Amino acid sequence: MKHTISILVENHPGVLSRISGLFSRRGFNIDSLAVGVTDDPAVSRITILVEGNDATVEQVEKQLNKLIDVIRLRRLPAGSTTSRELMLIKVECTARTRSDIVDIVRVMDAKVCDISKSTMTIEISDVTERLLILQELLEPYHILEVVRTGTIALEKGGGALTV
Amino acid sequence: MTITAAQAMVNCLLEESVQVVFGLPGAAICPFYDALSRTGIRHILVRQEQNAAHAASGYARLTGRPAVCVATSGPGALNLITGIATAYMDSIPLVVITGQVESGLLGRDVFQEADITGSCEPFVKHSYLVKNAGELPRIFKEAFHIAGTGRQGPVLIDVPVDVQRTKIEFAYPEKVDIRSYRPSLQGHPGQIKRVLTALKNAQRPLICAGGGVFSAGAQEELRQLCRRAGLPVVTTLMGISAVSPMEPLNLGMIGMHGSPVANRAMNEADLLILIGARVGDRAIMSPMGLARNATIVHMDVDPAEIGKNMETHIPLVGDARLILSQLVEKLPDKPAPDWTAGLRQLHPHKPRTGEPDTVSPREVLNELCAQAEPDAVLVADVGQNQIWSARSFRLERGRFLTSGGMGTMGYAVPAAYGAKLAAPERQVIAVCGDGSFQMQMMELATIMANGIPVKIIVMNNMRLGMVRELQANHYAGNETAVSLEGNPDFVRLGEAYGIRCRRLSEGGEIAAAVRALLESPEPFLLECTVSAAEPTL
Repeated sequence: MKHTISILVENHPGVLSRISGLFSRRGFNIDSLAVGVTDDPAVSRITILVEGNDATVEQVEKQLNKLIDVIRLRRLPAGSTTSRELMLIKVECTARTRSDIVDIVRVMDAKVCDISKSTMTIEISDVTERLLILQELLEPYHILEVVRTGTIALEKGGGALTV
Repeated sequence: MTITAAQAMVNCLLEESVQVVFGLPGAAICPFYDALSRTGIRHILVRQEQNAAHAASGYARLTGRPAVCVATSGPGALNLITGIATAYMDSIPLVVITGQVESGLLGRDVFQEADITGSCEPFVKHSYLVKNAGELPRIFKEAFHIAGTGRQGPVLIDVPVDVQRTKIEFAYPEKVDIRSYRPSLQGHPGQIKRVLTALKNAQRPLICAGGGVFSAGAQEELRQLCRRAGLPVVTTLMGISAVSPMEPLNLGMIGMHGSPVANRAMNEADLLILIGARVGDRAIMSPMGLARNATIVHMDVDPAEIGKNMETHIPLVGDARLILSQLVEKLPDKPAPDWTAGLRQLHPHKPRTGEPDTVSPREVLNELCAQAEPDAVLVADVGQNQIWSARSFRLERGRFLTSGGMGTMGYAVPAAYGAKLAAPERQVIAVCGDGSFQMQMMELATIMANGIPVKIIVMNNMRLGMVRELQANHYAGNETAVSLEGNPDFVRLGEAYGIRCRRLSEGGEIAAAVRALLESPEPFLLECTVSAAEPTL
């Protein structure tokens, strides 16, 4: 089962390597990791998707909590989070295929953010499943490059993780 | 007051009442050494940096406070790693100071540059690479606080040489404020109540005491709890001497090399209270089985230990001393009948018939415990000598030290002189094998140069004995790479350092040899000729 852990950390050098090192040496699998500064420039927020049973994820949380730079963390409740991932896809196109691709982009609520004679770069921000659908739909046109940010998430409703 | 950062570092040590530091200098730590030499802090010059960390470990274990070791950048710092990792595994509080190359040259692979904060990351509780000299006072204050509180452990401070030379305004902070570090020490009252109920209902309760009892300084509270409730106790290797071996309720050490009575008690208990014991694989080999048969109470200051290796029914996060004293207060003073009486008649000890010109290591250690002062400190190295020592340990108010978690050979001699400096009034005896002794024998010079009267026993079986036994039993007798041909004459080696030495290979001379060892006012080395066939158990 996949779990989303949201972590507030001190915005110090070396924090990310401490966290990623902990995952690798204790054999925890990271599905995705996203990091960025919060409204407080001294604090960064890391969102990690981790695969594992409850006991494993509890151990992940406890080990993360032992890192001095970790201020607070929370496992976001499954089914009660708003989550998004950003993906950019560069796909080949010709005059003949361009309108088909634009149709797909429109249906998927995506956006064309760059265009050239032979390529289009498409941007989508959505839940991961829909990113994968878009990718699958564009596959026949020959995808040149894909880049994804990893999932970020917030709890729905009033619940907030703050320092 | 404007001073150099190096002077500030030394001032921080003075503010923390540090009296001794262990280390070995190099170019990148010279500003610190220059400042250190102008204070009353005693510096013990080791012969290899790893031993500085082990010596600090022995010192810290006797004082209960973070101890300090120092090395230069690159190889000096890298040599510390085994010592740091050894301390980390056994939760020993150290503040480790390393010099680093010029901050402007970091990352360019200059002479003696090593990313020591990166290298030590898995083995430290926390680390700092200091780029701004003005932060040093706060960093030192935090480092001592982090190392010595919660689950204790090593903290590393890496200081580039140019940072050490920077002038700063010095003021030592009075308080620590780390918003992300607030270990919980008070046990949860609801959980304490559940433990009391479990104790009331248990037929066969048992305490398993680990090294955490020492970290919390909870030996007295543990003794009171056992006496008051008539609770039998077993210990892990790290927990030896947490309860006096003379205490009738102490059943001895559990685990792979433990006593059959203690292991039997673990299997038969219906309530098991783990105190500062992390359910290591050598101590508790089948945690799932135990949890099926007994209610498990796990008391630890580190919440991550609870549930890590064993299912727990009643978790108790906090300081063992605080929690035990609360339990003692609330327990009725009515010792339960001793359910372990039947177990104790099992497995009478079979003494081995000796080979000529060898002595039994057990007989030597038994004699040592009989003759040593009741509060002596026995420091065991790693290998067969460790298990012989652990199982023979009988010193009423003594202390047993060893590298339990990491099993680092070469620990005993530096840890022993560290312990002796922390407790000069106590006898301190290091027990090594011939293999492990050769990983630390350069420290004989440190002992002599500083006049530290530790006593050393070398159990010489000309083998890496524990590996030999493993190969004999599990690799069809293919004994490979375990013979220590080329061993020096240890008596003459010791004498070359100016240490009084004696070789013991006659059973009839054990008492006299041990007396000579213990009565010597100076360091003394006793080499015991041990049969290669001598088993661990």
